[in-house]
Amino acid sequence: MMIDTTAPTNSIEEAQAELIEEFGFFEDWMDRYQYLIDLGKKLADFPEDWRIQDYKIEGCQSQVWIKPAFDDGRLYFQGYSDSAIVSGLIAVITRVYSGRQPQEISSTPPEFIGAIGFTEHLSPTRSNGLHAMLEKIYSYARQPQEN
Amino acid sequence: MNAPAITTPFDVDAIRSQFPALQQQVHGKPLVYLDNAATSQKPQCVIDAIDHYYSLDNSNVHRGVHALSERATQGYEGAREITAQFLNANSSKEIVFVRGTTEAINLIAQGYGRPRLKAGDEIIIGHIEHHSNIVPWQMLCEQTGAELKVIPVNDDAELQLDEYQKLLSDKTKIVSVGHVSNALGTINPIKQIAEMAHAVGAVVISDGAQATPHTKVDVQDLGVDFYAFSGHKVYGPTGIGALWAKAELLEAMSPYQGGGEMIKVVSLDGSTYNSIPHKFEAGTPNIAGAVGLGEALKWVQNIGLDNVAAWENELLAYGTERLSEFDGVRIIGTAARKASILSFVFDDAHAADVGSLIDRFGIAIRAGHHCAMPAMERFGVGATARASLAVYNTKADIDAFIEALEKTRNMLV
Repeated sequence: MMIDTTAPTNSIEEAQAELIEEFGFFEDWMDRYQYLIDLGKKLADFPEDWRIQDYKIEGCQSQVWIKPAFDDGRLYFQGYSDSAIVSGLIAVITRVYSGRQPQEISSTPPEFIGAIGFTEHLSPTRSNGLHAMLEKIYSYARQPQEN
Repeated sequence: MNAPAITTPFDVDAIRSQFPALQQQVHGKPLVYLDNAATSQKPQCVIDAIDHYYSLDNSNVHRGVHALSERATQGYEGAREITAQFLNANSSKEIVFVRGTTEAINLIAQGYGRPRLKAGDEIIIGHIEHHSNIVPWQMLCEQTGAELKVIPVNDDAELQLDEYQKLLSDKTKIVSVGHVSNALGTINPIKQIAEMAHAVGAVVISDGAQATPHTKVDVQDLGVDFYAFSGHKVYGPTGIGALWAKAELLEAMSPYQGGGEMIKVVSLDGSTYNSIPHKFEAGTPNIAGAVGLGEALKWVQNIGLDNVAAWENELLAYGTERLSEFDGVRIIGTAARKASILSFVFDDAHAADVGSLIDRFGIAIRAGHHCAMPAMERFGVGATARASLAVYNTKADIDAFIEALEKTRNMLV
């Protein structure tokens, strides 16, 4: 199995703006949660043998892995969690950051997180987990890349 | 619990109305608080007692020569009397105020265990203990070379006493078993466990953090040597709890911490210690906490612990029935004797997701390992969702919980 390395057609800023707009359609937070969960359900298959310590995110209540792939100057990510809510968070994070150049990733703060309202609506432990996932993405972007 | 009948008057609405925290809305929904095994809410009288103490009586205890110090000392020592009576201790000298059950067990491990245990000695605990009844013993084992042994549980989360019997020998020095499991609700047969331990000359400790809110505890009848509980789980404040131990054991033990309050005479060449229980209470104690604890224990005794147990049993039976009807739910912890704790997993949804989403419906439950990771491992789960009931809960609370659980599950799968 390989990580899908189809380059995104939008910019990283556009990806953030699109997510803010999509979540903005829902006034009720239960609907936003439902949308997040539904995005998570569409994550690509993440094989058992990718669920190794190297890709694991510590600091989450649930089990989370994010695997990187480097192709043609861009970093791609695929992730998995046994939690439906965390799967949704992986989906939104990868929509913004997957398929970008490493320096683009490093220089883009996750403004969509606050703009959507995740910061105030997620429990502190969830927020810590979200932060840990972003840190992992940034650390992949800081490492020297090999194809 | 063995179901005693509810004596009149028992009016759950009247009880509930005494809890200001239960009168609020959360996320626009009426709060249904089902996280009582983590901590209970506080009745107005406990809040008032603490408020009164700080408003009027605040002073340092003992050796005071003025009116406020006198009142503070009376409040603090009065709470000790109430606690002694609550546990049916022989004397209030047998009650040591601590921060909570965790501190009490550490005090026993270090104050009793450390000077007495040596390599080759054994300590026995149960498989479904809270971490506070595991880690202090692991630390003691590291310090002394003693070995930790574990009583296994069956698939209903009941301790296997025949296996326990096999673990007991003249090497056994300490047996420490929780009275009620916080994670799974099992009520352990402490009296029998104590008798079996005493037959080989071991001392017996029971962690009563989950038992004291739900059932009448009589330390003399249980036959244990040490018993500990936390105030905040029995409608009292956080940061205060009590250790009960037989007077002769406390007399024989060395202090655990040094400082003010715990001494008789201090010179630069050495010090002599205060009498029990004060030699274990170094520093200015949690006076307001003790006053609040005393009030909480009076409050719960006024309702009657038999009434509490009977009502919670009824709620547990109803909750178990409603939850069992639920497709895809597995209840973890199905002991024949159980306190009002419903721990469960879905086969297709993560406990943390259930906990987060059900909160949006105003239902407070807990999701996680409940500080009992070995218990989780025994049942092959990383985490459970846990609804735990208190005297102020109602069948309507359980209905609201089940209804929200259905909505939660529909969102997740």
